[in-house]
Amino acid sequence: MSGTTTSEVKFSELEKKIKRENWRRIWFRFKKSKLSVIGLSMILILLFMAVFAEYIAPYPSHAGLYIAFKNAYKPPSLEHILGTDMYGRDVFSRIIFGFRYAFMMIGLVLSIVVPTGVILGLIAGYYRGTFIETVIVRLSDIFISLPPLVLALSIASILEPNIFNSMLAVSLMWWPWYVKLTYSMTVSLRNEPFILAAESQGASTLHILFRELLPNELGTILTKVTLDAGWVILIGAAISFVGLGAQPPTPDLGTMVSEYSKYLPEYWWMSLGPAAGIVLIILAFNLLGDGIRDVFAGE
Amino acid sequence: MNNDTILSVSDLRKYFTTAEGVVRAVDGVSFNVKHGETLALVGESGSGKTTTGHVIMGFYPPDGGKIIYKGAYELSIPMKKRPLELKRDIQIVFQDPGTSLNPKRLVKDIISLPLLVHRIVDKSRVYEKVAELLEYVGLSEEYMFRYPHELGGGEKQLVAIARALAPNPSFIILDESTSALDVSSQARVLNTLVKIQNELKLTYLLITHDLGVVRNISQRVMIMYLGKIYEEAPTEDFFKSPMHPYTQMLLSSIPTLSEEDEKIKPRGIESVGEIPSAVKPPSGCRFHTRCPFTKQICMEKDPPDIVVNNNHIVRCWLYA
Ligand SMILES: Nc1ncnc2c1ncn2[C@@H]1O[C@H](COP(=O)(O)OP(=O)(O)O)[C@@H](O)[C@H]1O
Ligand code: SF4
Ligand SMILES: [Mg+2]
Repeated sequence: MSGTTTSEVKFSELEKKIKRENWRRIWFRFKKSKLSVIGLSMILILLFMAVFAEYIAPYPSHAGLYIAFKNAYKPPSLEHILGTDMYGRDVFSRIIFGFRYAFMMIGLVLSIVVPTGVILGLIAGYYRGTFIETVIVRLSDIFISLPPLVLALSIASILEPNIFNSMLAVSLMWWPWYVKLTYSMTVSLRNEPFILAAESQGASTLHILFRELLPNELGTILTKVTLDAGWVILIGAAISFVGLGAQPPTPDLGTMVSEYSKYLPEYWWMSLGPAAGIVLIILAFNLLGDGIRDVFAGE
Repeated sequence: MNNDTILSVSDLRKYFTTAEGVVRAVDGVSFNVKHGETLALVGESGSGKTTTGHVIMGFYPPDGGKIIYKGAYELSIPMKKRPLELKRDIQIVFQDPGTSLNPKRLVKDIISLPLLVHRIVDKSRVYEKVAELLEYVGLSEEYMFRYPHELGGGEKQLVAIARALAPNPSFIILDESTSALDVSSQARVLNTLVKIQNELKLTYLLITHDLGVVRNISQRVMIMYLGKIYEEAPTEDFFKSPMHPYTQMLLSSIPTLSEEDEKIKPRGIESVGEIPSAVKPPSGCRFHTRCPFTKQICMEKDPPDIVVNNNHIVRCWLYA
């Protein structure tokens, strides 16, 4: 065979068409719920701000170490819409950089936790009844029973307390939840006739795991990923709040709440901004998660 | 075993351990399937038909007995350890096409799998081959880009048949492949199966509880009851002169469509009772709890194989 035949061209066009239709169908179901569209828009806006923080923040230099005592403790005004902090930094600018850290945390944790948990869950479920299953399930149970703050504390005491290590601690206790979720779905799908059919025709284990099983589990996994994104921020903030996460002057939202809460109630605007930022992100991901769940529930 | 035998099963056993006890799903089953024939395996639900088929497929290992395929392959080995050649040559079509087709895969992906695994055609020609297979079972190539849930029951089953045909098998197990379908789809699927078999010289093990289907497409019939086979006969013989009381009971309970059918329908045996539990099957002849002719010996000893004529075998003390 040389070159592409007309039938190949025709088939690849049909394939593209069906993919487009799939996306259209997904969007149609998703947009039925106004709240999930709002959630998605919020995330896109926050993400945009995070990516282009240098251009959007009115005072980008205020993100980290910057001191101008003459501007300190200013309440919200037109110049500083969320006021300034004890060093005279613009709180609003710092929050915008805070979003960047928030998305980095989400990205870091989920990119470790989701692939690890999903792959191990698929394997454990597929090899049900063998020692492979036992090892994976036991290991997840151990990690799941570790309290995240204790874990963060021990990691921070071995390594240095910073945003990366605190996210490592969060990841360590988080992956087992994806194992559990994927494992239970895999166990219930594993003996479905369509899996038996593929196996009996000689499909490889990789094919069974990633082409037959995973597509059936993706919706549930994706819903959890979205809902978890908010939780990552919350736990990250808690770790930062007790001083084990990002350290000042990092413009991490949790660290900011922790630093600024010392100035409550007099300088309330300092903590209000970053706290509202945290709530906003969590809310956005929860709204989106509900929308994604509806998309897949409709199938 | 003569060389017109493609599959030879002897004294096959499969027991399941459940909370209620050991289920003797298949309990000493022997039969031969001849090249190119359709052999029907008939019985009420729970008699062990699917288990027999699944053991042949290697979905789980047998607890006893031998299965020899094409005189060379021992099929007691689990599916995963079988040579690729066997996974190509033996196929199954399941009862419910709703669960035997992956809901998240397009029809063309479902049918491409065996083509790619067994390198039936060059990669660049896979889609053409899929279209060809679909057309062969009576579906247009537009079906390639549909998901199973977009198809009707009969169409789904035709896709499952195309998938089974894709790797050029010799032997196909049809496990109640039309039972889940409405009457018109049933006819369409059955006609397709018959056409395919004639053209491709396939061998079918037809598992069913539908005697109408048996009559239409099989050459020989076996009657299974609680894990054992009680009668085996050429189809014509089977309907004309059923010998086992259980067979007679089954035949007298099917509704007939024509007067001609009504005339040959056996009389006198009403269907009584339910199929007993496979955990504690009745002693001796397993049918004795429902049989109107039960004698003392029936409760004590398993009836032997009685060869009535060359091809008609019955296991019943009435004929001993
Ligand atoms: N995986 C299994 N575990 C336990 N019992 C089973 C299993 N598969 C089948 N059985 C039991 O074995 C018997 C035969 O079942 P099956 O082969 O499905 O019969 P049929 O196909 O004739 O309806 C039934 O009593 C059924 O409950
Ligand atoms: S062996 Fe006895 S109980 Fe069994 S079918 Fe024959 S007559 Fe009935
Ligand atoms: Mg069955």
